[in-house]
Amino acid sequence: MFDGPALWAVALLPVGLLVLAAAAASLSAAFGSAAAGRAVDTEVLLHPAREAVRLLVVRRRRTSHPDALLWRLGGGTLFVTAVLAAAVVPIGTTAVVRSEVGVVWFNAAETLLWAALWLTGWGANSVSGLIGGYRFLAQALAYELPLMLALITAALGAASLDVTEIVAAQSGLWFVVWMPIAFVVFLIAALAFAFWGPFSQPASTDASGGILAEVSGVDRLAVSIGQYAWLASAAGMSVALFLGGGGGPLLPAWLWWLVKTLAVLAALVWTRWRFPVIRVDRFEEFAWVVLLPAIILQSLVVALVVL
Amino acid sequence: MEVVLAVGFGLLAVGTAVAVFVVDSMARATYALLTSFLAVAAELVLLGSAYLGILTVLMMTVEMAIMGVFMIMYMMNPAGLMPMTMVHNKRGSLTLAIGTFVVLGAGALLVPWPARQGRPPAELTRAIGQSIMGPHMLTMIVVGVGLLATMISGILLATHRGRYDRYGDDLERATPRDALLSAEAR
Repeated sequence: MFDGPALWAVALLPVGLLVLAAAAASLSAAFGSAAAGRAVDTEVLLHPAREAVRLLVVRRRRTSHPDALLWRLGGGTLFVTAVLAAAVVPIGTTAVVRSEVGVVWFNAAETLLWAALWLTGWGANSVSGLIGGYRFLAQALAYELPLMLALITAALGAASLDVTEIVAAQSGLWFVVWMPIAFVVFLIAALAFAFWGPFSQPASTDASGGILAEVSGVDRLAVSIGQYAWLASAAGMSVALFLGGGGGPLLPAWLWWLVKTLAVLAALVWTRWRFPVIRVDRFEEFAWVVLLPAIILQSLVVALVVL
Repeated sequence: MEVVLAVGFGLLAVGTAVAVFVVDSMARATYALLTSFLAVAAELVLLGSAYLGILTVLMMTVEMAIMGVFMIMYMMNPAGLMPMTMVHNKRGSLTLAIGTFVVLGAGALLVPWPARQGRPPAELTRAIGQSIMGPHMLTMIVVGVGLLATMISGILLATHRGRYDRYGDDLERATPRDALLSAEAR
């Protein structure tokens, strides 16, 4: 079932994920600055850190009759679920938690976002927040099935739900080479469940910030950290599933994993500064009419090759 | 350690299940029920059925997230933030619940259960599958496809903005009829 993880690894995992999340935030600040034609200096790179300190000390906005318990629970769960998801990602060759059903574990941790983000929007008792929450659920209905099939396709290629086995199966050929559609679908779904960049309509300005409309102060910090941490978890998972994990010449496996993860993370973050926000109903149509048939065909091809 | 965890999750499952009927908001009831399901999922993992347990987390979270939306939409309390009671017809439902429990409990204790004859086969899951599905596999496949077709046609009949409503009978429109900016408006 599960191999008992070492205690130090369990303690170190959230710290490591936090560092990756901070890196993602700095990357976003840098891309944003470059997109606006300004210089990228340490001032820009340290902006997220300063913003974090500001959010820590600033007083929280209050709304009339919020459901404080569920509201805070929603925002607070984001980072926790990101850590849970990262636990099965092999850093190099070994994961913190090695589970024979690691792929399903990652998927289950991701579905907890459905509950967490809806509560983050709904709990404030604000119209904008509620709209954002509903938008996220609609977006989730669009990306979830393609995401599941993308995960299954990678598992099919290795004939195992154990992420470590999937990495091992790519020692010859990376899965991205013969299942590119699954890789792209996974990245699209990752952007969508992290409500990032083109898929940030649940939190976009046309609804005064949507799920984030009334989330302020330390709550906002928790949600932001959770969002960046999910981007990092997803990047790490995509490397394990499709980019050969820690495979590569000369360097040790964990370093290869880190280099690839940072590259994917940078690409994910960059989309925010390159692509416009997609309306949820349009993405819904694209997901069901284009993405779903494409990923089903992809898994069919993989199934035939494996047979 | 595992016993402590099992008891802890068991208490959490029962406690949050009771909370479903004690809390005064649809959203809290929904998410208390979800917590209860998650605790049961943890019990399944502790019993060694990791796949079943994690699948329960996955299914139940998605299901309750969607159900919460409908519960709140259709109840008399649209936003779900105004207090409302989760129990109705208290005396009747109490009588039914206690009556059912007593009947089932008495049955379990009083019926003379037969002693086991023979031994279970080595591949228990496979044997159960064979005995349930074996001769009826064709029927089950046909019924499965029939169910799927029923669901799809049900949705088609119920929706007023399917593909053909939006793009015309021959899908000839360039933009759907319900686009935010229709061709005429532009």
